[in-house]
Amino acid sequence: MVDAPEPPVPVPAPAGTAGTSPVTPVAPGPVDPDPAAAAAPGAGQTPSAISVRGLWKRFGEKIAVAGIDLDVPAGSFYGMVGPNGAGKTTSLSMATGMLRPDYGSVHVHGVDIWANPVEGKRLLGVLPDGVRLFDRLTGAQLVTYAGLLRGMDRDTVAERTHDLLEALDLAADANTFVVDYSAGMTKKIALASAIIHAPRVLVLDEPFEAVDPISAANIRDILSGYVASGGTVVVSSHVMDLVQRMCDHVAVVAAGHVLAAGTVDEVRAGQSLEDRFVELVGGRQSTEGLAWLRSS
Amino acid sequence: MVAQFVRLKLTLMANSFRRSTWQTIGFVAGALYGLFVVGMVVIGLTVLGSQDPVLAGGIITLGGALVVLGWWIVPLFAFGVDATLDPQRFVTYAMPRRTLLAGLATAGVVSIPGIVTLLVALGTSLAWWRSPLALVAAVVGGLLALATCVVGSRATTTALAPLLESRRYREVVTIAAFVPIMLIGPAFAWVGARLGSDDGVTVGPGGGVGSLVADLAGVVAWTPFGAPWALAAGVHDGAWGLVLARLVVALVTLGVVWVVWDRALGRALVSPPTSGAAAQAKGLGWFARFPATPTGAVAARCMTYWLRDPRYSGSIAVVPLIPVVLLVLGGGASSVVFLALAPLTAWILGFALSADVAYDHTAFALHVSTGVDGRADRWGRVLPVLAFGIPVVLLFAVVSVAVADRWDTLPAVLGVSLGTITTSLAVSCVSSARLLYPVPKPGDSPFKQPQGAAMATLVAQMLAMLMMFVLTLPVLVLGALAIFWPQPALGWVALVVGIGLGSALLVAGARWGARIYDRRSPELLQQVLTYA
Repeated sequence: MVDAPEPPVPVPAPAGTAGTSPVTPVAPGPVDPDPAAAAAPGAGQTPSAISVRGLWKRFGEKIAVAGIDLDVPAGSFYGMVGPNGAGKTTSLSMATGMLRPDYGSVHVHGVDIWANPVEGKRLLGVLPDGVRLFDRLTGAQLVTYAGLLRGMDRDTVAERTHDLLEALDLAADANTFVVDYSAGMTKKIALASAIIHAPRVLVLDEPFEAVDPISAANIRDILSGYVASGGTVVVSSHVMDLVQRMCDHVAVVAAGHVLAAGTVDEVRAGQSLEDRFVELVGGRQSTEGLAWLRSS
Repeated sequence: MVAQFVRLKLTLMANSFRRSTWQTIGFVAGALYGLFVVGMVVIGLTVLGSQDPVLAGGIITLGGALVVLGWWIVPLFAFGVDATLDPQRFVTYAMPRRTLLAGLATAGVVSIPGIVTLLVALGTSLAWWRSPLALVAAVVGGLLALATCVVGSRATTTALAPLLESRRYREVVTIAAFVPIMLIGPAFAWVGARLGSDDGVTVGPGGGVGSLVADLAGVVAWTPFGAPWALAAGVHDGAWGLVLARLVVALVTLGVVWVVWDRALGRALVSPPTSGAAAQAKGLGWFARFPATPTGAVAARCMTYWLRDPRYSGSIAVVPLIPVVLLVLGGGASSVVFLALAPLTAWILGFALSADVAYDHTAFALHVSTGVDGRADRWGRVLPVLAFGIPVVLLFAVVSVAVADRWDTLPAVLGVSLGTITTSLAVSCVSSARLLYPVPKPGDSPFKQPQGAAMATLVAQMLAMLMMFVLTLPVLVLGALAIFWPQPALGWVALVVGIGLGSALLVAGARWGARIYDRRSPELLQQVLTYA
C-alpha cells in the first residue's frame, strides 16, 4: 500500500528532466507544493492525496466501475475526463465516502475513508453532481449551514461565508433563496459550501457546468491559488481544452476502466488532449452522415 | 393532428405502466374503483329517475355543477399534478394555434378524470330513459358539460399561469388548500346530520330534502356550471323557453372559456415561464438563534423548513383545524372525543418526521459529504418539533379539558400527550434512518403522491404506526383508565409514566437511529437518489 504510491513521486521529475530546455521556472509550480504536502502528513510518507485501489461497483446488471486504481499526488490539479456514463461520478462518489464500493479501498492522505469516514471526510471538500441543495435556505444560510455542520465556530463561518460570497460574485444574492438561483449560481454556492472548511483535498464533479465564463475564470483562479498553497484538487469535466489548460495531471476513464493516467504531458503524448482522448476512447462517427442536414 | 395528440397521450399513459408493476396494479384498482362508483351513481340515478325525475334532475344539476367547478379550480391548487401536455412543451414546434388548441382539448378528455367525467355524463342521461327527447337532451348537455370542464380547466390554468409560476403564490395556495381538504369530512358529516334530521320530519321524496335540492338546482341551473346539466330537466318538463335559455348560457360559457384559453395560450407561447421576483430573507434567520454546533445547525435548518417548505408547513397549517374536525365529528364540545385533541396533535407532529430524510431528497448529500454524525442529525431533526410541538400540545391539552369541562382528566391528558409526542418522535428517529419511502419532492405539491412505491410506503408507514402504538400503549391504558373509570389518581401516574417513559424512549430512539445513520448514511443517500 505504501509502496504503491511511489510511482507518482517522480512525477515532478519528468517535468524537471523533460525540462531539457531551460524553462525550469515552470517546474516550481508543480514542485512547490510537494514540500508542503510532505511536511503536512508528517506521520506517513504517502505523497498521495487520494489513493484508490481496485475499486468496483455494480448496479444491477451494469458494472459501472470495474477495478479502478488511481493515485492523485498531493498538491496536484487532477483532471478526470471520460465520455458520458464512463463511471466518473460513480468513482468520485466512492472516493469521497458517498457511495459504498463493492470492492476496493480509498485512502485520503493515508486515512481509509470507508474504515474511518469521519476523519476522512474532514480532509475532503466535495461538490457532487446531480444532487439538490437545501434550496429553501438563502445563499448565505446554505454556506453557513455547511460550515456549522463541519463543526466550525460561528465567527469563522461568518467571516468565510462573507469572503466566499464576495469571491464568487454572489454577495448581491446572499439573501436570495437558493431555489431562485440560476444553474450557474447554484453551482457556485455549492462550491462555496464545499470549500468553507478549507479542506486539504477538493473533489469537484463537473464544477464548471452552466457557469458563466467570468465566474469560471474566478473559480479557476481560486483553485489554482489553492493548489499553489499545497492543496489538491480533483475535477471531472467534459471540456478537454479546460482540463489541458488547468490541470497538471489527468486520468482518462471509459467504461469503468482507467485508460490512461499521469501528468497531462505524459497522457497527451504530444497530441492535444482532445485528440488523444478520442484516440483512447474511440467511437468517433464518420462525418459523412446526415447529408441532408447540409443546407446547400 | 388531433389524432397524434391523442396517441401521444395514450403512449405517455402506457409508458408510465411499463415503469412499475405496482403502479399498473394501482391503476387497475383505481380504474375498477372509479368504474364502480360511476356504476353506482348511474344505477342510483336511473332508479331515482324512473320514480322522481324532478329530484333526479335536481341532483344531476347540482352534482354536475360541482364536477365542472372542480375541473376549473382543482388544477389551480394541485399544480404539477398533470403536466404531461404542458403547452410550453410544444412551443418549439411550428404548429398553428388552432390545431394546438383542438389537440390539447381532445387529449384532455383522454385522461382518467376525463374518461370518468365522460362516462358519468353519458351515464346520467340514462336517468331520463322514460322520456326519449329528454334523453337526447341529456346526452347533448353531458357532452357540452364535458367540453366546458376540459376547456374551462385549460382556460383557468393557462390564464393564471403567470400567477402560478410565482413560487410564493403556489406555496400560499397549496397551504390554503389544506383547509378545505381537512374540512370535507366534517362538512359531509354535518350536512348528513342535517338532512337526516329533516328526513325524520318530512317523510319521502319531494319533502324537505327534495325541496332543498329543487330550490338549489333552480338557481344553479342558470350558472355556467349547472346549465348544461339542466337541459334534460327542462325538456322533461316541456319548458322549451327555459331549455333554450339554458342552452344559450351553456354555449356562451363554452365560447367564452375557449376564447380566454385561446388568448392566454397565445400569450403563454411567446412569453417563456419566468420564476417571478426572487424572494429574499434578511440575515441568517434561525441559524443565528440556534447554537453554532452541528446539532444546532441541523435544528436551524429544519426549523426554517418547517416554516418555509409547504410540505412541512402544510402539516403546521392543519394543526389549528384539528379541534374543529374533532368538535364536528365528536358531536359537540361535551364529548370525550374532544379530549383526544392533544394526543392526536402530538402524534401527527411526531409522525411527520417518520420519513424526514426522504423529504431532504438528494440535498441530504450535504450531510453525507460533511460527515455529520448521527447524533447531530437525529437530534437536530427532533429538537424543532419539540420546540414548537410541546407548547402547542400543552395548550391543546388545557383547552380540550376546559371545553369538555373535565378538569379532573388534565394530568391524564397531559401524560398521554407528552408520552405520544416523545414516543412517536423516538420511532421516527429510527424509521427515518431505516424505512424510507418516496415522498413529494422539494418544490412539488404536497398533494402529489410519488408514483411507483405505494406498497413500500404503506408497509413502512404501517410499521412505524404499529411501533408507535405499541410503545405508547402503557400510557394510553393508564390514561384511558383515569378518564373512563374515573380514577383521578391514575391520571397522575399516567403523567409520570408519559413523561418518564416517553423521554427515555426518545433518548433510546435517537441513539439507535444515530447508530443506524452512522452505519448506513451512504446507503440512505443512494436510496433518495433513486427517488429522483
